[in-house]
Amino acid sequence: MSDHTSKAFDSDLQELARMVAEMGGLAEKLISDSIDALARRDTGLAQRVTAADAQIDALQRDIEQKAILTIARRQPMAVDLREIVGALRIANDIERIGDLAKNIAKRVIALNGDFPPPKLIRGVEHMSDLVLSQLKSVLDAYARRDDAKAMAVWRGDEQIDAMCTSVFRELLTYMIEDPRNITFGIHLMFCAKNVERMGDHATNIAETVHYIVGGEAITERRPKGEDTTFAISQFAAER
Amino acid sequence: MSMATFTVPAVAHSAVDPTALEAKIAVRNLDFFYGDHRALKSINVSLYDRKVTAFIGPSGCGKSTLLRILNRMYDLYPNQRAAGEVLFDGEDILSPAQDLNLLRARIGMVFQKPTPFPMTIYENIAFGIRLYEKLPKSELDDRVQHALARAALWDEVKAKLNASGLSLSGGQQQRLCIARTVAVRPEVILFDEPCSALDPISTAKIEELINELKEDYTIAIVTHNMQQAARVSDFTAFMYLGELVEFGDTTKIFTSPNDRRTQDYITGRFG
Repeated sequence: MSDHTSKAFDSDLQELARMVAEMGGLAEKLISDSIDALARRDTGLAQRVTAADAQIDALQRDIEQKAILTIARRQPMAVDLREIVGALRIANDIERIGDLAKNIAKRVIALNGDFPPPKLIRGVEHMSDLVLSQLKSVLDAYARRDDAKAMAVWRGDEQIDAMCTSVFRELLTYMIEDPRNITFGIHLMFCAKNVERMGDHATNIAETVHYIVGGEAITERRPKGEDTTFAISQFAAER
Repeated sequence: MSMATFTVPAVAHSAVDPTALEAKIAVRNLDFFYGDHRALKSINVSLYDRKVTAFIGPSGCGKSTLLRILNRMYDLYPNQRAAGEVLFDGEDILSPAQDLNLLRARIGMVFQKPTPFPMTIYENIAFGIRLYEKLPKSELDDRVQHALARAALWDEVKAKLNASGLSLSGGQQQRLCIARTVAVRPEVILFDEPCSALDPISTAKIEELINELKEDYTIAIVTHNMQQAARVSDFTAFMYLGELVEFGDTTKIFTSPNDRRTQDYITGRFG
């Protein structure tokens, strides 16, 4: 994209995109740390995750402030306006991702020794690997304004949804087998659900990238593989 | 539980559907020459009935030239000529048979700088009416009041109708010129950068006025202020180097234009 006559406007927009990228990097780290804390039963790490989320929140506020100021000062049009609105939306989604990671960390602290067998955690770990790669891809698509890459992320979420359903089923089996498994089972279910929702936020970001690049919203419905409600009711019916 | 689907609000791409509208003025394959210089190149554009159409583009792109053709202003100068068609309610106004006085009564124009006549406020308005109609005094008074009210100036000048038009502030003078234009009951009003000499409050008043006037008139406005074009118009035409690059719904032009040149211009990348 050629430069604006006003150089200051260019640097405003670049700075906004840089802040969003920084926020995205922090969120990636928070996701992997929270899952590590879960897998390694590391409550110390979990505590650091809950503290680090504040950094993401602060960045989101800065982005909002900068975006509002840029709108007021430059009266952006067309692609510039979409860039700024896009930065606001993406910052919102990343902030939510940070909250979800923090929630996982809180559950690790709450479990406090009552840890599930590692085999069960592996399902959630697997999901989070996928979500992390989705998030990386979509942030990359944002940095390069790459619509095709964003759309690939948008379609890829289906797989995470399907994994979430299977983790739910597995956990249900354990809880039914032995009521002592219920506490960690419920916590793990919430962790899985949190990871699944992070994936949803990654697809939201993909939609925003699509909007920034082309100026049009996606009207098509996203393919959905997640149906945890269905998984539970079907499970109940089978028994 | 399924997640609420996130949607980016779609831009209303066809808030106004041009195909359902009636073209008050249809410009067809219009070329314009200043001597040998071809200032307009095959322009095709329509001004829709009771809609506001904005013309934007860098200096020298031909937007004022186009406006000047619509009421044959160029006839005042030798060496300037137009080729093509400008259909006003289906009739070609470029035809030599066109009665220019009648045309200019039907298509009024407001200029960049306010141009009140050096006479009283009342006479500024009455002057134009008398050119076209013979009215008894009481009716003329009514027409003057109505025109001033239509231009949102009545309340400010009703107590001093006999003061000179030149005693008004710049913004008031511009509204006086609009009142003068409205008084002869035109069908189309052309605005050539009507606010470029005005302060922000006067500008806001003129924009508000344009919004009200479009209930009764077809309006074309040339402006260098992109935000103004985005605020007041239903359609926007972007011109560059004598060509019409893009014409479309204003919402669409200012959020996601089709042509790269339009985008570069409205986002301040050239021009």
